[in-house]
Amino acid sequence: MSRLWCLFFMFWPILALYICWVAPTLGWSFPGDGISDSPIGKRIDHLFWLIMAITTGVFVLTQIAMGYALWTASTKKEDQPAQHFHGSHTLEVIWTVIPGALLLFIAFYQMEVWADFRLKSHAPTATPETLIAEVTARQFEWRIRYPQPGKELSNVPVTTDMYDVNELIVPAGTRVMIYLRTADVQHSFFLPTLRIKQDAIPGKVIPIWFEVEEPGTYPLLCAELCGWGHYKMGAKLTALSQEDFAARMKLMAEEYGVGTTPADAGVATNGLNEEGAN
Amino acid sequence: MSTTYPAHGEIEETHAHDHAHAPGNFLTKYIFSTDHKVIGLQFLFTTIVMLFIGGMLALGIRWQLAYPWAKLPFFGEALFAEQAGQMTPEFYTMLFTMHGTVMVFLVVIPILAGAFGNYLIPLMIGAPDMAFPMLNMLSYWFMWPAIFCFGLSMYYEGGPAAGWTSYPTLSALPQSAPGSGFAQSLWLIGITFVGVSSMMGSINYMTTIINMRAPGMTLMRMPMTIWGMFITAILQAFALPVLTAAGIMLICDRMLGTCFFVPGGLIVNNASPTLGSGQPLLWQHLFWFYSHPAVYIMLLPAMGMISDILATMSRKPLFGYVPMVVSMLSIAGLGFIVWGHHMFISGMNPIMGMAFMVSTVLIALPSAIKTFNWLATIWGGRITFNTVTLNAVAFVTMFVVGGLSGIFMAAVPVDVQIHDTYFIVAHFHYVLFGATLFGIFAAITYWYPKMTGRMMNERLGQTHFLLTFITANATFFPMHLLGVAGMPRRYADPYIHQYLEHLLPMNQFMTWFAIGMGLSQILLAFNMVYSLFYGPKAGRNPWNANTLEWETPSPPPHGNFDRPLIVYRGPYEYSNPAHPEKDYWPQTEPG
Repeated sequence: MSRLWCLFFMFWPILALYICWVAPTLGWSFPGDGISDSPIGKRIDHLFWLIMAITTGVFVLTQIAMGYALWTASTKKEDQPAQHFHGSHTLEVIWTVIPGALLLFIAFYQMEVWADFRLKSHAPTATPETLIAEVTARQFEWRIRYPQPGKELSNVPVTTDMYDVNELIVPAGTRVMIYLRTADVQHSFFLPTLRIKQDAIPGKVIPIWFEVEEPGTYPLLCAELCGWGHYKMGAKLTALSQEDFAARMKLMAEEYGVGTTPADAGVATNGLNEEGAN
Repeated sequence: MSTTYPAHGEIEETHAHDHAHAPGNFLTKYIFSTDHKVIGLQFLFTTIVMLFIGGMLALGIRWQLAYPWAKLPFFGEALFAEQAGQMTPEFYTMLFTMHGTVMVFLVVIPILAGAFGNYLIPLMIGAPDMAFPMLNMLSYWFMWPAIFCFGLSMYYEGGPAAGWTSYPTLSALPQSAPGSGFAQSLWLIGITFVGVSSMMGSINYMTTIINMRAPGMTLMRMPMTIWGMFITAILQAFALPVLTAAGIMLICDRMLGTCFFVPGGLIVNNASPTLGSGQPLLWQHLFWFYSHPAVYIMLLPAMGMISDILATMSRKPLFGYVPMVVSMLSIAGLGFIVWGHHMFISGMNPIMGMAFMVSTVLIALPSAIKTFNWLATIWGGRITFNTVTLNAVAFVTMFVVGGLSGIFMAAVPVDVQIHDTYFIVAHFHYVLFGATLFGIFAAITYWYPKMTGRMMNERLGQTHFLLTFITANATFFPMHLLGVAGMPRRYADPYIHQYLEHLLPMNQFMTWFAIGMGLSQILLAFNMVYSLFYGPKAGRNPWNANTLEWETPSPPPHGNFDRPLIVYRGPYEYSNPAHPEKDYWPQTEPG
């Protein structure tokens, strides 16, 4: 019976490893085809798989050690007593220093990506022409405010702004910046295939940049509980080539009537009152 | 160790008045008792009932994820007559809010600190009772207003609906969700009561452990269980006031018109714009300043109990007692400076993300050291696979998974992707169910003979373990995959998003195993009741263990010990060649 229990404790890690191994072929890996659609996403995936390799190694080693210890400890003969020792200074030092070094390596290896993703984008050199739109989350939809072609996005809505709901259009192949804000409660701007996520906080405007490599549509979800309709707060991100993007913006501007003043746009203070925009 | 023991005569004197206050009538003996053992058992009984309630709530969540908008079995028609038995999204929100609340605040924290802490601390340090018996009784009875508030809040439309984390402004503005009305205020009042209850317990535990140890029981002779409880009590005493303060601030925001957490100009659900200049992020900082240490409050006592159990069951000294104590202390210390890892993408200053990443990976180190020490404790031992051992080994193997998956979240860039997905859900269920709850199962089986005088049924116990282990892994392991596949938490129906559609069969698989897991717990409850009447008599020391609680009759009388105790050595002298006549050497045996 003891041996059976040992095998039982050995069996499940093997099964777990096997499932993780076949998961990507069954579509249980990263969303989409498993490869991120943005350069920063590919770097995040690289970090993920690096940690996966390290943790898998540790997992296998500890489970083998446990299996061996259990097997030998539970199959002792009648007259064989347990060994008596209280510890080992050398071993403690070894298994403090090695995991400590590994963990610090993981931490410091991550920093470059985080710095690129979040810190350097705050530097004053962040180029203003990449600023595409302001995204305002609200229960339970995403409202987008674009500047008119040729104009810069201003902090407060101006009369020439163009509005859309639940579809964010960006040019592909270049870094784009959006301003993220929320009109009511907390939300989170989540682009699963691009590995981008950022909470939207009431009272704050948070700049966030990303780059879509190929034109196409990508899911956009809310990842922070925002009320009963949290699950259905889906939208899409449409990436167009530079020319298509320019054409699309121009078309939108024409729909708005270039130069005319929407009656209610001046009243809006944070992009909320443009009910008729879409 | 150099310790000066008091002379024998002194000890006799100090123990002379222990038995002075025998319990009175039924009411003071079993209900409003100040005896730590009765209070411990009251906590144990209450939390196990709550465990079943929390589990039912979880099955409701699982049902909706497997069969979205299908008729809810058994309860559907009664609860949702208007929707033909179909769950509403706001009910789903309430389900996961209350599942988290019940499991964290009414099961795991009170069963570890309340039930086992209460029962074991005086027995294991050789004290007749807690330092403040009346405070101890109050700490139990203050749980009931909390249970009442939580229960009542579910009757209000939508229930409390802001998640167990209750982030404002969802939780601060009544117009933001159907459940953010009075239900949310009740929920916050409930949290305050739970906090008061824990606080009373933690002051008591600290005082008792510092002042009431038996002669010779130096700090470094205390069993790991006591170290776990001691450090937990310290964590609670220093972290809990922050949550209580935050809770009261949020209640003020909701009921008195303050604006700690609500910024101005928000138009929620077409209500008039909010006024004020509060900061919603402040709540997250305050909440996690408590709730991250709370994670260790929910783990350290179990770690301590498992250390004692593994040593006893392997008939071998605990490997590296001092490193074990130091790593526990460093987990507690570091636990206060890692709260920001819950907030990497919250919009706090990204530079802080880096600092919190380093402190967070460092806290993995003491946990790793503890794991290696447990493995080395088994190594070379002489193990018998009984229910206690099985659950203890399950604790270690599940904790390894939960610990390793934590590293993914500690890494800020990786956390960007997996934050608020099912990967997180997998991680904390491996720690809280996989580790802590298996630790609790082991502890229940291990100390049941002391509590009742009878052993638990082995066959039932092993079956319960086998079923729970299989179903728990089948339920929680696939959650890692769901998370990597990008399935967000707290979604009533993820499958309306095209890239998540293919995950439905996996969710159905998990739900059926979750139902199996729920059913398996009936075996545990049955075993606890059955063994109370039909279990074999245990005697004082059924496990041949060294610690003090086995020196007293099972169950121990009022006042605990029938003779004065002197502690001569540490708790882990198993199979000592210097003491060849038996393979254990109780702490109180001279020589």
